[in-house]
Amino acid sequence: MYELSDLTKKYETKRGPISALNKVSLSIPTGQMVAIQGPTGGGKSTLLQMLGALERPTSGTVTLGDEELSAMPDSRLAEIRARTIGFVFQGFNLIPTLTAQENVETALAPLGLSNSDRRLRARAALEKVGLGERLTHHPSELSGGQQQRVAIARALVKEPKVLLADEPTGNLDEQTRDEIMELLEGLWRDEGLTLIIVTHDSAVAKRAERRLHLKHGSVTEKK
Amino acid sequence: MFGTYLYRELSNRRKQTAIIAAGMALAIALVMIVNGVAAGVRDAQATVLASVYGVGTDITITQEPIQPGGGEEGAPQEGPRFEFGAEDGETANGTRALSQSSLTSGIGSSTFDADALTTALSLDSVAAATATLALSNVSFSGEVAAPTTTDTGETAPGEGAQQGGRGGPDGAGGSAFNVDTFTVTGIDVAGESVGPLTSVELVDGRAFESSDSDANVVILDTSYATTSSLTVGDSLEIGGEEFEVIGTVTSTSADATTASNTYIPLDTAQRVADLENQISTVYVQAASSTDIAAVQTALQTELPDASVKTQEDLASSVSGSLATASDLVGKLGTWLSIIVLAAAFLISVLLTTSGVARRTREFGTLKAIGWSNGAVVRQVAGESLVQGAIGGVVGVAIGLLGILAINIAAPVLSASAAATAVAGQGVGAGGGGGGNRFGDAATTTAAATTDIALQIPVTFGIIGIAVALAILGGLIAGAFGGWRAARLRPAEALRSVA
Repeated sequence: MYELSDLTKKYETKRGPISALNKVSLSIPTGQMVAIQGPTGGGKSTLLQMLGALERPTSGTVTLGDEELSAMPDSRLAEIRARTIGFVFQGFNLIPTLTAQENVETALAPLGLSNSDRRLRARAALEKVGLGERLTHHPSELSGGQQQRVAIARALVKEPKVLLADEPTGNLDEQTRDEIMELLEGLWRDEGLTLIIVTHDSAVAKRAERRLHLKHGSVTEKK
Repeated sequence: MFGTYLYRELSNRRKQTAIIAAGMALAIALVMIVNGVAAGVRDAQATVLASVYGVGTDITITQEPIQPGGGEEGAPQEGPRFEFGAEDGETANGTRALSQSSLTSGIGSSTFDADALTTALSLDSVAAATATLALSNVSFSGEVAAPTTTDTGETAPGEGAQQGGRGGPDGAGGSAFNVDTFTVTGIDVAGESVGPLTSVELVDGRAFESSDSDANVVILDTSYATTSSLTVGDSLEIGGEEFEVIGTVTSTSADATTASNTYIPLDTAQRVADLENQISTVYVQAASSTDIAAVQTALQTELPDASVKTQEDLASSVSGSLATASDLVGKLGTWLSIIVLAAAFLISVLLTTSGVARRTREFGTLKAIGWSNGAVVRQVAGESLVQGAIGGVVGVAIGLLGILAINIAAPVLSASAAATAVAGQGVGAGGGGGGNRFGDAATTTAAATTDIALQIPVTFGIIGIAVALAILGGLIAGAFGGWRAARLRPAEALRSVA
């Protein structure tokens, strides 16, 4: 699924350049569940952004399937994000003015579906994550766990091949964390997704098939 | 999705929407009212000008007075001079009754050759033209002490008491006389489509006919006819000749008066005033409004000594509180509109861009899940446009209410406009050679002075301008907000709020 070759990312700061990723080479096969761990500032989120076509490398390549992401124009990257990649964020990142169903529908807007198709698919996605009764609720009317479920429904409603989750349980209590992880694992298994989770939480990481450790921009396999 | 998202944003961010819409509404309403008042003032000026120059006149040709004394064309006429011989008038009981009238173009006014009309009519882009001769009639009538005869046989005024009678109306050698002045306009009886009579309507009697050429017939302004107790069929002395009143007219505008007290055939006026082939104004109608400037230039070239003015030039001749209102609208109103509009646009732009900054994570997330730059920009611009449109609708409503309030209040503006520079009269007193002379100078103008209630016309143009400004405001704010949103890179947007 993913092929990373000598991936390097440097950021220019007032105190000089900072190397977030340093010649990372990595292969992630389709359908694998991967956990990425490491200290804060180690490059985890940067790696996830490279995988999610949100960021371009300073050097090296990222290949998704047979498409080389680092050389693509922004419009094509947006299209890949719209169709192939789903995101789940630590802060849920729901739009506060939209209802749960409308938030899920935002992921379908770039696909050019009809209004009725969009509504039906959003409703089905929310029912799948157990929020069939909360379609018209705004984020402020939902608990943290419920908001993350809406975010997961939004990520999965377009039936992506990859699901990237950045600290998906970072803002949740233990019980809710376990519920969310069970949900993600179930969807990963049922949908045949490639699931890549960035986490500080070892309990979450232990659920993954493969664990990577990122420190000072370099990645190592963790057993 | 676009509509749903837009509706949710605007309805959930009511405060921002209300501030932007209110600012825009205030600006739009102000622009509407200022534009409306300007249109109302223009209409009022047109009414005043039409009362002087007639309806449909695009250009007038006059001649500025030149230094007197040369006796050449264009030289201002001197005032009328009344001279009575020793045997004039009827003497009874030591009192001599005298009466005389004079028709002149008056002090300060000037006439010029009627060939200017031919020149105007020869131009291709001139649809119609007519000439007039503005005159002033001064009538003197009264009683003075009859002259007495001295031992030498010469006449000496005021010595009647010594010679068996003091004379004069008071029996003590004094004098009493009336001086009546009214304006007379000589017009072409052929009935051209331009000229002073296009802005009047017949009240009684009949209008001029071709057969009235060189006839002693007169049409009176109804106000003058009323104050002079004249009706159709009566006679009026003009320039020492008797004229038959054939009709009375009034201004077609309820607000304005007519340009002249009396109207007589042009050739009659020229004959009686001894101004053969002379005119004072040519009224020109261009073939189309786009030809006016070219016709003005051509006329000025053909008639270098003449003063060729368009309606726009003539608007500056309107004076009084209407002119003050025009100045106020033109300067203060326009600048106020620009300032308020600029402030509204600025507020709209600032709130929109700050809104984008506040929604960085939101737009970053949308881009992360596949929204294109264009879709995000469309969303931001759409929200701004709708906010502008709400402001526009509210602004139009407030503007219409403001216009309605002004129209109900109908502030009265006074205005006057002079048709010619000055048409004068000259009445004086003096003596010599056994006669009496009267030369007390005064001036009159063939002018329309009137009080006009300001009425603001509500036109689609004014509403169109308001809506266009609202859309423009929304577009500008949307463009700035969209530009800012488009510059957001999703990774940076997400990182900046992490």
